[in-house]
Amino acid sequence: MPDPVSEKAPTKAPDHDRATRRLWPALALPGTLWLIALFVVPFYAVMSVAFSGQINIFNEPLPAWNPLNWEWSTFGTVLQDSFTPSGAYHEVWVRTAIYSFWALVICVTIGYPVAYYTARLAGKRRGLILALVLAPWWINYITRMLAWVNLLQDDGYVNKVLGLVGIPAHSWLSGSSFTVVWALAYGYLPYFIIPLFASLDRIDQRLLEASRDLGIGSVRTFLHVTLPLSRLGLITALVITALPMAGDYYTNTIVSGSPNTNMVGNQIELFLLEGPQKNIGASLVLVLSLVLMFFMFYYLILTQRASREATR
Amino acid sequence: MTVSERPAATATPARTRRRVPPWRNPWRRPYVLAAITWAYILWSLVPVLIAIQFSFNDGRSRSTWQGFSRQWYCCNEGSVFEDPSMFHSLRNSLILGIATVIVATPLGVALAMGLTRWRSRASAVANGISLVPLVTPEIVVGSALYLVVVNLYQFVPLGRPAMLLGHVTFTVSYVLVIVRSRLLSIGGEYEEAARDLGANSMQAIRTILLPLLTPAVFASAMIVFATSLDDFVVSQFLFGSADNETVPILLYNAVRAAPTPALNALASILLVGSFLALILAYLVLRARRRGSDESALESLADWG
Repeated sequence: MPDPVSEKAPTKAPDHDRATRRLWPALALPGTLWLIALFVVPFYAVMSVAFSGQINIFNEPLPAWNPLNWEWSTFGTVLQDSFTPSGAYHEVWVRTAIYSFWALVICVTIGYPVAYYTARLAGKRRGLILALVLAPWWINYITRMLAWVNLLQDDGYVNKVLGLVGIPAHSWLSGSSFTVVWALAYGYLPYFIIPLFASLDRIDQRLLEASRDLGIGSVRTFLHVTLPLSRLGLITALVITALPMAGDYYTNTIVSGSPNTNMVGNQIELFLLEGPQKNIGASLVLVLSLVLMFFMFYYLILTQRASREATR
Repeated sequence: MTVSERPAATATPARTRRRVPPWRNPWRRPYVLAAITWAYILWSLVPVLIAIQFSFNDGRSRSTWQGFSRQWYCCNEGSVFEDPSMFHSLRNSLILGIATVIVATPLGVALAMGLTRWRSRASAVANGISLVPLVTPEIVVGSALYLVVVNLYQFVPLGRPAMLLGHVTFTVSYVLVIVRSRLLSIGGEYEEAARDLGANSMQAIRTILLPLLTPAVFASAMIVFATSLDDFVVSQFLFGSADNETVPILLYNAVRAAPTPALNALASILLVGSFLALILAYLVLRARRRGSDESALESLADWG
């Protein structure tokens, strides 16, 4: 039984303190181990397969668990085929970049006004508008694509509506880049709007009022006050959207299904799940991760700089 | 009102109206932005509503309306509950979702408590590791888990066990983020008070911390359930054989075959399932925050 007086003292009894000190790491341990075993180790497995030099009887690569046995030939070939203009995967990488770029342009054009209106101007209906803007975020992605496949069929509502204004029916679902880019934008817009909404919501109204009181018009207030203050939110939104978009393979399979619209994700899925050349698939995963990590680091540097400026 | 104010009050708006063009007037109503926002809401939700409408179609078409019927939901041949693969996928999704909640929630809550209260260099590293899954593209998580299960953890068969491991791995971070934000807002004072009154650390957690965390824990469990139900990429890499298909995988595979409105019915059931989970989470958060709808919605938004 501990002495009640020592319990009340500002420095706690050493016994008690040691037990507490052990308790928190013990609580964190299972989750940390789980993430090491199922997130860190799997990533190492990707490297072991990508750098594997041997194959088994099914022609599948045998993972090289020991870094000393790593062979760089497959990875080197994949790297070369990805970034030289005549390489086998070059076209797919370029297409991934172009599709992601245009889809992000659409996201900014539609998403910024929507986030701005919801965060700052929605007034009395703010709760309703926010709920409606958030709703698609929680509808299954595949279901949302399925909904568009219904509408875009040759005898679907889109062609019927276009027919009313005299535009001839168009076959939307057979390998159209236009459809894929709009489908990507449609799919990822909810993920784009939310971080932007959060950052626009945090802007101090008094700053905008000060700008108005100094006689500056809405456009210049937006360019010189709102936009710089929401820059970090905009970049977060772009990164959060661009990362999954660059690895997307299901959107174009659903709305196009043609190899002419294949992205990097399609190649990865093909090599990993449908063929024996898993080392090529794993190498493509590594290249994709490296490209995306570059953007992640850029983003982390920006956020750190921003938080340093905020505390200064 | 005083006499001197009256002429000013009438004169100023007249002058504003004459001199300031509409795009310079900061008090103008934002009609254009409102129109864009409502157009976006319609664009994002109407296609899904039409898809739900066609799940009640009285015919095989998914693009021509032929009258109302419930035949694609139940009791007809080819309806969701009679088609073996559809019914199976629904069961698989539910079992997987519940199992993911049961494993991921305690794991994530313990991780959040440990990482928030334990201050050391090791905890900073663990903290970093636990947030990386949130920003890693699903295709990288999915393919990495696939390769490790096939090559190293061969005792885990592809199918439900592998999918469970995968779903827990990417949902643990959600629990961590939600519970930690609540822990930081509670602060450490209540536990210290409990310990000063003679409780040991375990008692302080059980009698003080866990009750305070209940709404956040419940909300994160519901979000884990909805996320697991909706997941496609990780499941697709790990499901193995057709017996283990979840609803999103079945939808993906069937959409390019010759689908009937039963597919829309299945998608609608999935949608209702994840929305029920979210509405529960929202109601619990709202009760907690004493009726402020918006802050509950905003915290759901912030946890994305």
